[in-house]
Amino acid sequence: MTTTNLVLLLLGLGLATFFYGRQKAYVVSKSHGGMRNMHSLPSQHGVMVAIWCALPALLLVLFWKLAEPAVISSMLNSVIPASVMDGGDKAIGLYKNDIANIIESGKASSNPEKQVVADRWVALSSISSWVLLAIVLAIAAIGAATALRKISPDTRARVMVERVVHWFLIICSSIAILTTVGILCSVLFESFRFFQQVSFVEFVTGTKWSPQTAIRVDQVGSSGSFGAIPLFTGTLLISAIAMVVAVPIGLLAAIYLAEYASDRMRAFAKPLLEILAGIPTVVYGFFAALTVAPAIREWGELIGLSPSSESALAAGVVMGIMIIPFVSSLSDDVITAVPQAMRDGSYALGATHSETIKKVVLPAALPGVVSGILLAASRAIGETMIVVMAAGLAANLTANPLEAVTTVTVQIVTLLTGDQEFDSAKTLAAFALGLMLFFTTLVLNIIALHVVRRYREQYD
Amino acid sequence: MNTKSNTSAASDAFDNLKETVGVVTVDDPKMSARNVDVFYGEKQAIYDVSLDIANNEVIAMIGPSGCGKSTFLRCLNRMNDSIPTCRVTGEMSLDGEDLYGAGLDPVLLRARVGMVFQKPNPFAKSIYDNVAYGPRIHGLASNRAELDDIVISSLQKAGLHEEVQDRLDAPGTSLSGGQQQRLCIARTIAVSPEVILMDEPCSALDPIATARIEELIDELRENYAIAIVTHSMQQAARVSQRTAYFHLGKLVEVGSTNNIFTNPRHELTENYITGRFG
Repeated sequence: MTTTNLVLLLLGLGLATFFYGRQKAYVVSKSHGGMRNMHSLPSQHGVMVAIWCALPALLLVLFWKLAEPAVISSMLNSVIPASVMDGGDKAIGLYKNDIANIIESGKASSNPEKQVVADRWVALSSISSWVLLAIVLAIAAIGAATALRKISPDTRARVMVERVVHWFLIICSSIAILTTVGILCSVLFESFRFFQQVSFVEFVTGTKWSPQTAIRVDQVGSSGSFGAIPLFTGTLLISAIAMVVAVPIGLLAAIYLAEYASDRMRAFAKPLLEILAGIPTVVYGFFAALTVAPAIREWGELIGLSPSSESALAAGVVMGIMIIPFVSSLSDDVITAVPQAMRDGSYALGATHSETIKKVVLPAALPGVVSGILLAASRAIGETMIVVMAAGLAANLTANPLEAVTTVTVQIVTLLTGDQEFDSAKTLAAFALGLMLFFTTLVLNIIALHVVRRYREQYD
Repeated sequence: MNTKSNTSAASDAFDNLKETVGVVTVDDPKMSARNVDVFYGEKQAIYDVSLDIANNEVIAMIGPSGCGKSTFLRCLNRMNDSIPTCRVTGEMSLDGEDLYGAGLDPVLLRARVGMVFQKPNPFAKSIYDNVAYGPRIHGLASNRAELDDIVISSLQKAGLHEEVQDRLDAPGTSLSGGQQQRLCIARTIAVSPEVILMDEPCSALDPIATARIEELIDELRENYAIAIVTHSMQQAARVSQRTAYFHLGKLVEVGSTNNIFTNPRHELTENYITGRFG
């Protein structure tokens, strides 16, 4: 019996015992003078029975399946030839892989010695699954029987069910948190390996980024230089251009939509604006590379500048257009949510519409507007595709938006794509960059959250 | 049975109501309304109301819910303009100037006819900035010292200054409900209006805060014309000099508060103030 079937069986049992338990609770309630005398509702009794039946059994299946490979593997050691056992862990591992392949292929092996081990493995697995089935069914039956016996007016089924639900919710939120911690740790450890090869000071203060390292000893090539400053200035430059485009346009569009547009106009324009957020970034990418960048180049040449054909300006402007909906949609929502009473108060003092917006509505909506801008900023910092296509890969340290620059995310992509050695400084640098980027956005978020919270405390 | 006959008698009385009982005019009106009809879309909310508001006097507008008293009040400073379906016909004037005429800017009108709302609605700003808001947008103070003077004297007139003088930087929303409402009154006074309209200013407040506001209204009467909409007949009796009784969009009876409460002339008014309906 496969694990999937076993789990499905248990869930089915749980469902069946739920209905049975609920039915029994109805019967019990009748013999005790009606529902008023029961502490918990029949459905809560039903859930209690189902939990007693299925939950311990499911937990057992989980632990059994986690422990099974190690246990079987150690039991196999007795039948593995001594010559292999003497070879150390590596040889044993290889041997067991062979056996696993034999079982996988379903064909008899030409090597009778290995066939013996394979047969033994199959036999052990089969025993294991039958033993598991028996134990699980026994536990389910005992659990269900115990719980069914407990159905009585005084049993606090609701309290018990709520406690289980409580723990289930805790587990769900822990999964999210632990995943974050896991990602952070993996990045952290790989970065640590990187910093053993390249000094941290060089990484954060160096102004030259050239991650090519020699693959062979005799290869002609630099040993690489890992100064991350040009990447972070590139990210900063492009994000800043994007924000300069997105914040005014987004905010003003939101003010128009929320304050001036008629209902029909709003119903028409808001979804249209939000479509901008739904366009795949790769589409923006070639729009930037094939339309905006050449246009910028032409205009630049008209006024006597010489922009490169891939420029930070093109990428930044297109990225700004992409994140307009993040600013406008959220701002529109919070502006609309400012209570009419507050506007009335302003009008009643003889304020005009625009004075009311500037001095009453926008300050009241500021926390929401700031979080919209933040969301847009983190999108801009993390954006990769547009930059790859429109701003190029050259790690120039420049503040000139007409030159080609590159960003942290783009470099991470180029470091990790293609055939790579996985322990060279070049690939490990990607993790260090990721870590730095993570901390940058983290600090940004913390600062902004702090600002917003201070504002909120004051005025809510 | 008694109630039923009363109700049907009352509805007869309402159907037969042709014109307002009592004198709607005053000698020197600050504001006046003549034959005002108000519509929300197709629905008529106010029928042929004429009423004067005098200087240095509080006029109370009472009546059951939905009788149009708030609608009428909001027409007096054109707050209904923000409702697109609202339409006002008839004449309304402030010092003889037509409120709905082409030459009148509602923004300037509202600076002269201030309004205090049912629910205290301080801005998300400090106490100081709440009061300074109006003077700032109208340019009433040329420097910080003048602005300080306006803010402090407004808070004093609203009876709030003593309680908040050492925390003018605290947010207006941190005050209690009654204090917030007095802040809103101070905010209204700060732009030196000529008329103050109050739309059930105490309905969200406890009795002590209410008493405080009522005292304040009585003091404010010295300098302003005040029109107050209230659900509480006791409040109308306590603070007003004239009372207007509205019923289903019509102005039933107007008279001195004393007369209305001791000797109502119209059957509907009598039923309402004696608590038979409403």
